[in-house]
Amino acid sequence: MSVFVSKNSRVIFQGFTGEHATFHAEDAMKIGTNVVGGVTPGKGGTTHLGLPVFDTVAEAVAATGADVSAVFVPPPFSADALMEAIDAGIKVAVTIADGVPVHDMIRLQRFRTGKDTIIVGPNTPGIITPGECKVGIMPAHIYKKGNVGIVSRSGTLNYEATEQMAALGLGISTSVGIGGDPINGTDFTTVLRAFEADPETEIVVMIGEIGGPQEVAAARWAKENMKKPVVGFVAGISAPTGRRMGHAGAIISNEDDTAGAKMDAMEALGLYVARNPAHIGQTVLRAMKENGIAIK
Amino acid sequence: MNIHEYQAKELLKSYGVPVPVGGVAYSDQQAAQVAEEIGGNKWVVKAQIHAGGRGKAGGVKVVGSIEEVQKTADAMIGTHLVTHQTGPEGSIVQRVWIEQASEIKKEFYLGFVIDRGSQRITIIASGEGGMDIEEVAKQAPEKIVKEVIDPAIGLLDFQCRKVATAIGLKGNLMPQAVKLMKAVYRCMRDKDALQAEINPLAIVGNGADKLMVLDAKFSFDDNALYRQKAITEMRDLAEEDPKEVEASGHGLNYIALDGNIGCIVNGAGLAMASLDAITLHGGRPANFLDVGGGASPEKVTNACRIVLEDPNVKCILVNIFAGINRCDWIAKGLIQACNSLQIKVPLIVRLAGTNVEEGRKILAESGLSFITAENLDDAAAKAVATVRG
Repeated sequence: MSVFVSKNSRVIFQGFTGEHATFHAEDAMKIGTNVVGGVTPGKGGTTHLGLPVFDTVAEAVAATGADVSAVFVPPPFSADALMEAIDAGIKVAVTIADGVPVHDMIRLQRFRTGKDTIIVGPNTPGIITPGECKVGIMPAHIYKKGNVGIVSRSGTLNYEATEQMAALGLGISTSVGIGGDPINGTDFTTVLRAFEADPETEIVVMIGEIGGPQEVAAARWAKENMKKPVVGFVAGISAPTGRRMGHAGAIISNEDDTAGAKMDAMEALGLYVARNPAHIGQTVLRAMKENGIAIK
Repeated sequence: MNIHEYQAKELLKSYGVPVPVGGVAYSDQQAAQVAEEIGGNKWVVKAQIHAGGRGKAGGVKVVGSIEEVQKTADAMIGTHLVTHQTGPEGSIVQRVWIEQASEIKKEFYLGFVIDRGSQRITIIASGEGGMDIEEVAKQAPEKIVKEVIDPAIGLLDFQCRKVATAIGLKGNLMPQAVKLMKAVYRCMRDKDALQAEINPLAIVGNGADKLMVLDAKFSFDDNALYRQKAITEMRDLAEEDPKEVEASGHGLNYIALDGNIGCIVNGAGLAMASLDAITLHGGRPANFLDVGGGASPEKVTNACRIVLEDPNVKCILVNIFAGINRCDWIAKGLIQACNSLQIKVPLIVRLAGTNVEEGRKILAESGLSFITAENLDDAAAKAVATVRG
């Protein structure tokens, strides 16, 4: 078991023959990801990296039994590619693209209503279950197998937290990047729910940012529904109001949006909170000790 | 991307939304001419800057003669208007909007936003017009009405009637309100707007009551500008920080802050966290700068140059956790930047991730004096110590 992707996942790449998809498909296969093919409209019937290329996701699913898609399609076409994946019955679709129009995401979220595809992203490094499956662009070598589930908006801050934990001997069950955009396909709460149900995950780290209500909503959900401890951090205590700090979603529009307010709320809801980005690893270690969780 | 009030009014007018008769002027003579053309005996002269709070700052004046229109326009154009949103240096007024003054009977607030909770366009309305909606939300949240719009179905008439009734638009004003709300929604959807704020929406007129948009603010999705040519042409670069514009031309995301520790980081989240780590060590970051993925030596050099254009910068903290990036490219870029820019301030460098050993080796063998850091905490501590001397 793990969250969203595992050694049993059958992965396709949408936009397979592009430069980035090629690089990351090869990298994913190195850690054992079961890549079964890809989709590039117009190139159906050819092969790439020794794997079949299809014109449509539906064909790829029919021929390979794919259930996970890594969407490496440029931002203007990302939402369409994701809806194609949903239509074809893909279970988990991850979109890396940074710059997907917000109105496209509004339509996408409406389109998937009532369907059970998990959409991760956009603007995310993706998902990795160490040693089993990588669907994204993160440096796989920093992720060691363990029992800590990690979910973040930011890619590089996810790497940072992972390295801090690795230095303390703590490994990862699955890492999920939900992305830095204002509308995410999957929110923190959905990922927390998956981690709570996953027997390999014993503790969860949630790394948020300024802007939007979802860190606090997830913390509230965790208080009411989770037995596993959750460690929280929110980046941006030094961010000025009203400025987009790189990520489209990272903007303080009201008092509840600040990093300080979110971390206060998390603490009040019983989460372990790392107030300093350099202390995420040690806060996880402390929470594990207090809860009698073995280091793996 | 934001636009001026006059552009927002012209855009709304093209969707059939009632706005006052008016025109834009770039000089006092032109202002007088516009007032003459639109006629009437009372005009409003409004300074066109993106920031809000113009009224209180003297950027909106009601006048009763053509001479006064000209005098007021002359006084506004070319000055720096300081409002609570501009910062102390203010924004330079390059044009004014002149419109016929309206007889205002009552004011309302009508906003269309993308609600991050419901992930849908949502109407926010209030009978308390002319006020900051944030103020109303704080003092009288029960006076705010919200209506969520299903993107597959669009805004329905009954939803508009609900909103109109709740804020007190009755009788012949109700059908006007329905038409107006549906038009603003269509405009927002067609043009990839992130926000459309009408404040105030007003009942005007001497005879029959008429709804009219007296001020409007739009912001648009930068990620959708590729398919919004007409909107892109409305961009006013003079309203943006020239350094931020230059940085974005190089694929860098730069935001000036008021400290003295320059920052160059990859990834927005780690960049924010690096500023936080500096702050927690008692230091003050001079900027936010995300070099993004695939940082070439040229990109790193440009980043150093832009950071160093700020005379307050006493040292630069470089924090790179390479995923798609490669530490060896970053190291080469830093050496190139040091040589070509003749950097005098200390550079504190923390490298991690892909090709970190090669990167560290390149820095160590360069003969240049980088201060290397083991991790984020160490990097922030060393940067703050460097500034303190």
